[in-house]
Amino acid sequence: MSILVLAEHDNQSLKPVTLSVIAAAKAIGADVTLLVAGHQCGEVAEQAAQVVGVQKVLLADAPAYAHQLAENVSQLLLEQAQGCSHVLAAATTTGKNVLPRVAALLGVNQVSDVLAIEAPNRFKRAIYAGNAIAQVESDESVQVLTIRGTAFDPVAATGNSATIERVDSVFESADVSFSHEALAKSDRPELTAASIVVSGGRGLGNGENFDMLYKVADKLGAAVGASRAAVDAGYVPNDMQVGQTGKLVAPELYIAVGISGAIQHLAGMKDSKVIVAINKDEEAPIFQVADYGLVADLFEAVPELENAIS
Amino acid sequence: MKLLVAVKRVIDYNVKVRVKADRSDVDLANVKMALNPFCEIAVEEAVRLKEQGVASEVVVVSIGGKACQEQLRTALALGADRAIQVEAPDSPDALSVARILAKIAETEQPGLILLGKQAIDSDNNQTGQMLAALLNRPQATFASEVKVEGEHLLVTREVDGGLQTLKLTLPAVVTTDLRLNEPRYASLPNIMKAKKKPLEVKTAEDLGVTVGSKIRLLGVEPPAERSAGIKVGSVAELVEKLRNEAKVIA
Repeated sequence: MSILVLAEHDNQSLKPVTLSVIAAAKAIGADVTLLVAGHQCGEVAEQAAQVVGVQKVLLADAPAYAHQLAENVSQLLLEQAQGCSHVLAAATTTGKNVLPRVAALLGVNQVSDVLAIEAPNRFKRAIYAGNAIAQVESDESVQVLTIRGTAFDPVAATGNSATIERVDSVFESADVSFSHEALAKSDRPELTAASIVVSGGRGLGNGENFDMLYKVADKLGAAVGASRAAVDAGYVPNDMQVGQTGKLVAPELYIAVGISGAIQHLAGMKDSKVIVAINKDEEAPIFQVADYGLVADLFEAVPELENAIS
Repeated sequence: MKLLVAVKRVIDYNVKVRVKADRSDVDLANVKMALNPFCEIAVEEAVRLKEQGVASEVVVVSIGGKACQEQLRTALALGADRAIQVEAPDSPDALSVARILAKIAETEQPGLILLGKQAIDSDNNQTGQMLAALLNRPQATFASEVKVEGEHLLVTREVDGGLQTLKLTLPAVVTTDLRLNEPRYASLPNIMKAKKKPLEVKTAEDLGVTVGSKIRLLGVEPPAERSAGIKVGSVAELVEKLRNEAKVIA
């Protein structure tokens, strides 16, 4: 069995979620090859070669791969997947965009957002917004899987020296091109990798009031998330959304402020180790999953919290 | 330009599903069903493109048992022009759905195909991408803005770091994110009118697609229950518990 893993990166550094995907690959067993597709991403390949558990790094460096467009990267994966038993990527927006395209080109089904490996062809995954865990067995000739990063403990980022092999094939679709992007800038830890997450909901009332959460987050070294209601109301950008259709997080500590706890929000955070809810409505469903609940006006409690932890 | 929109009948998003006692699957008996929220957004976007004069016709298609005609009628009431039901066993896998949609696209020749980014039951997030691959057409997933400019499409996508805009050559496949638009409500007159709109029934066999799945559901279990927590009386007590009991802050 040989396993091909698509590396998640931004052309400069390997994203931590890749380490969790490698952990899932090791749970399957066999040889793990990590494919770094990007542009001017030699540094990423160097980092990838140090990741424990990686046998070989494939580096495909071309302008066509700069933004990891699905049309181009899927063709590259299709070529490199020949003879592989498994093709894996993180269940991030990149992995979700590219991998089903690869699966269809291979003529197989994909298993999405895998949270446990039971056997090389038997997996567990959440369905219905995390309200049920399905165990599935796939008889496909190639297993194409996206991996839920928070469900696997990351392998060590250093301590290995895998070989780096260049891939020269360039696939470039004439039908799609990158136009521009608007990426959010933040000094705080990345939401999906943070050990503490402070999230705000509709209860915050407006975007300015999120400043209260940023202050608490900065003292805790935490990332800041949001419910769909807060994103839809325009308080914060969409990339902060935690939930079934946003990001899935599983930090040590999740502090939900002014969030009622709708099914779709819980789907994104209920695997957190400790959940704290601050809400003035004591009937809010969030209290049913919170380890520590505080029924209070968040406008008083949050500044008080900030003072208490300094 | 003709638009094709794929819609799925799923459990209503407000319903909390339960796992069957024998753990074979989730219990869908007597549960309220609805149009998948992401599909509703896809229909709305198609109707808006028609209202802008960009699109000439909106065709909706759904795959499944006869019951999914209900969701097709909903889409017609929202402004779609005609509907196609592809009769197939319940819960076909994503690849079968993509293959059926590809066959429909071959006959209908739409300039743009719109789908939701994921169905809230299976949470797969695959079909649009698979369809684009089978048709060898460009894709724009997780769209929060769609602009048609002549032969091209400018699509803003919701990605992990923020927003990304791509330029695609039509025909193309787009999957919708939640923030693309706010779907309208169907008015009673439109619901009445929708009953008279054409609804064609085909079968997967007619289209030459064998619906099966090489992914078998072995069983379903409820997620691990969280043990009930406690209510604290003050911020000071909360911080004390987090420090000394849970030991999650310094």
